[in-house]
Amino acid sequence: MKQKITIALSGNPNSGKTTAFNAITGARQHIANYPGVTVEKKFGRINHKGYEIEVVDLPGTYSLTAYSLEEIVARDFLVNERPDVVVDIVDASNLDRNLYLAVQFKELGIPLIIALNMVDVAESRGIKVNQETLSTLFDVPVVPTVARSEKGINELLDKVIEVALEGEEWQPEIISYGIDIDQSLHEIEEVIKKGIVYDEKYSPRWLALKYLEKDRQIIELIKGDPEIKKEIDRICKRTFKHIMDTLEEEPEGIIADHRYGYIAGITKKSVKRKIESRLNVSDKIDKVLTNRIIGPVIMMTVLYGIYEFTFRASKTPLGWFEVFFEWLKGMISLSIPEGNLHSLIVSGIIDGVGGVLSFVPLIMFMFFAIAILEDSGYMARVAYMLDRVLRWFGLHGNSVMALLISGGISGGCAVPGVMATRTLRDPKERIATLLVVPFMNCGAKLPVFAMLIGAFFTENMAGMMFVFTLLSWSFALFAAKILRSTVLRGPKTPFVMELPPYRAPTIKGLLIHTWERTWQYIKKAGTIILGISVILWAMMTFPGLSKEQAQIYEDHRTRLRESFLSLPEVKEFIKDKHGGLITLDELFTEYNTAFLNNDMESVKALAKSPFFPIVERILSKEAIERRSEEENSALLKAAAAYAGLRAKIANIEVNEQQASLKGSIAGRIGLGLEGISRTIGFDYRTNIALVGGFAAKEVVVSTLGTAYSLDKVGSEQSGSLSEKLRRDPDWNPLVAFTLVLFTMLYVPCFVTVISIKRESSWKWAGFSMIFNLIVAYLVSLMVYQIGSALGIGI
Amino acid sequence: MLVKKIIKMREMSDNQSGIIKKVSATGDMGRRIREMGLVPNTTIRIQGRAPLKDPVAIKIWDFSLTLRNNEANNILVEVEVPEK
Repeated sequence: MKQKITIALSGNPNSGKTTAFNAITGARQHIANYPGVTVEKKFGRINHKGYEIEVVDLPGTYSLTAYSLEEIVARDFLVNERPDVVVDIVDASNLDRNLYLAVQFKELGIPLIIALNMVDVAESRGIKVNQETLSTLFDVPVVPTVARSEKGINELLDKVIEVALEGEEWQPEIISYGIDIDQSLHEIEEVIKKGIVYDEKYSPRWLALKYLEKDRQIIELIKGDPEIKKEIDRICKRTFKHIMDTLEEEPEGIIADHRYGYIAGITKKSVKRKIESRLNVSDKIDKVLTNRIIGPVIMMTVLYGIYEFTFRASKTPLGWFEVFFEWLKGMISLSIPEGNLHSLIVSGIIDGVGGVLSFVPLIMFMFFAIAILEDSGYMARVAYMLDRVLRWFGLHGNSVMALLISGGISGGCAVPGVMATRTLRDPKERIATLLVVPFMNCGAKLPVFAMLIGAFFTENMAGMMFVFTLLSWSFALFAAKILRSTVLRGPKTPFVMELPPYRAPTIKGLLIHTWERTWQYIKKAGTIILGISVILWAMMTFPGLSKEQAQIYEDHRTRLRESFLSLPEVKEFIKDKHGGLITLDELFTEYNTAFLNNDMESVKALAKSPFFPIVERILSKEAIERRSEEENSALLKAAAAYAGLRAKIANIEVNEQQASLKGSIAGRIGLGLEGISRTIGFDYRTNIALVGGFAAKEVVVSTLGTAYSLDKVGSEQSGSLSEKLRRDPDWNPLVAFTLVLFTMLYVPCFVTVISIKRESSWKWAGFSMIFNLIVAYLVSLMVYQIGSALGIGI
Repeated sequence: MLVKKIIKMREMSDNQSGIIKKVSATGDMGRRIREMGLVPNTTIRIQGRAPLKDPVAIKIWDFSLTLRNNEANNILVEVEVPEK
């Protein structure tokens, strides 16, 4: 007795297939990709009445031709893996079109069960399907289900076991397509049987049928035997001419018409309709939502609302992540001494992995919002309303979601944006969209823009930001136009698309969709990104300063300490020279930390130290106010000298960091590129910052800070950097504007690059880096050179 | 008096009904149009048009489809119009 059963779940998009899959497998699902392609393969294993049933969710398709990747994947799975049963989920209220796929399963011959889904919706619309008649006429077991409420699922599984146990051979159904075509099919069949290409996997009649339908995959197969192909082509040519002469149609069309005719014969007897189509609820909603005037207004509101929701809702969990990683860094600083290992863990690993994980809330909420749009049926309406505009740029109506999330209104993120391109079905439109979304102004670019606007465009800051938003839209759309007329050129793929009835999404479905996509991101992106962040860290750190160079800085520090300790007023307090200074340094740090953390217990304990008066005079507010009374006292002088020492040492450390950065691999790249970058007004310091920006665009600000000898420049302290750049003779509004454009357009951050790879291939990920760099350089070159020549902004 | 006339789907006005008589598209477009159920002898009704008058939304059997004008050009529909 057979214990293991494999079933393939198939059906039209919007037939409730995914809901049925969720109802059958629950949370026990796994996702992988079909080998070599980016189509998702979902599967789950369940136990039913002692049988182990493996359920594979085939991509939703309308047909079984080789028209789209999804159809090829579905067909290959059936033919190569030979599941025991195909369960075709059929929308009961839309039987004619849904059975078109079922007929093709019958032609293929695979054991089939029809799940007559959403019978409740059909009945509410006055459509009554007689399942016995349907089952008899179609000669297929039919089980009525309501996947949403899990009705009929057990009966369906019972039927699956029953059919699987029969273990029948595949029995291709022979449907008549009219005398002429039937005759040709018969002839082709005979030819195929003679040839070496005759593959046991397919029945000869099916091969003949597909060849006549100009199925690309089967034509490739037949090509393997040129003799046979020649003979078949002769028959096809004759049939084609005859059919065109008599019916003015291609055989392909005639075949499709006959399939529908066959279906109509069955549904006429098994389906009863009350009154002919009156306006149903969905149509009434559409009267408003796709109205030519109100429709676009509502759509913009909804899209903007989703954007707001995604970024607002993720703000709080984003904060938790930040707090957690800061805490982790603190813990590491306490247990591992300063040095390369410390720097690797804190700057390389935690910043890298933390950077990836900090996207998680964003991705989760974005997918949740998209799942609502998709499951409710509104997404198709968005594509419908925007198609005309985006088509001109070679994109699809659905591309707008990805563009918007990536920063269509300043401050999105390209990572979820790239992942949102999954809603696009056509590969060329999808790749064009995911290649241009990095041009949008994501949240990480904003600190860079803000810093430069703060330095050079203070008169109209909001206006400038708006200009940058418009510029990024224009660049993205025109880049799409260029890509679609060059590397991604191709005939416009058919648009014909279903506008599915509006449905309230189920919570279960939404949660499953959101979680599976988020988890995929964490799992797949995490490993590669960890590796790359370590490499980037190494580029900014090594080879570092040579021993001699480091010694120069160290000697300088030692000299400063010596001269501090030899001051008469200091000698009074610090007797045990070096040991004393170390104690003083430690006391200063601890007191400062305790004071900032408002840890009064520690403050009191530290106050007992003999060196406390010096520290107190630098850090404590009350002591500073008392200074005037103690004028010229030795204590005050010692405190002032100590404060001076700390400032000088900090300054040396910044210089050392700057020298180290300049000597690092990234620094050398920056210097090496100066020859080219001068043509767009950037010196080596800007170059280093841009190299660092590959890790994350906001790093441009902090690296520029280091390169311009500023201690610790965070986004909140970028004011001082703005100040510094404004006064630097190398900088002017033109350079700043060019840098804004360059940052907007150049190589996406590596998390985005990895996401592009995940959604397409390394080839396109590599292309995106090179293409964006070239676009950024050319645009910057044009702006900088024209600006310089005309003397604008200098 | 109403007379029967065959026109392109693109030329139909909003809310007008008709019966598909011929699909002249071939290749991928033809295949796609047919697999979505747009085959001869099917009744359709124009539901509306997008803000820029393209694509067009239609009702077929009991569900809605949308297709671009250049696709609708390939579908011939028999409609009833008042006699001139």
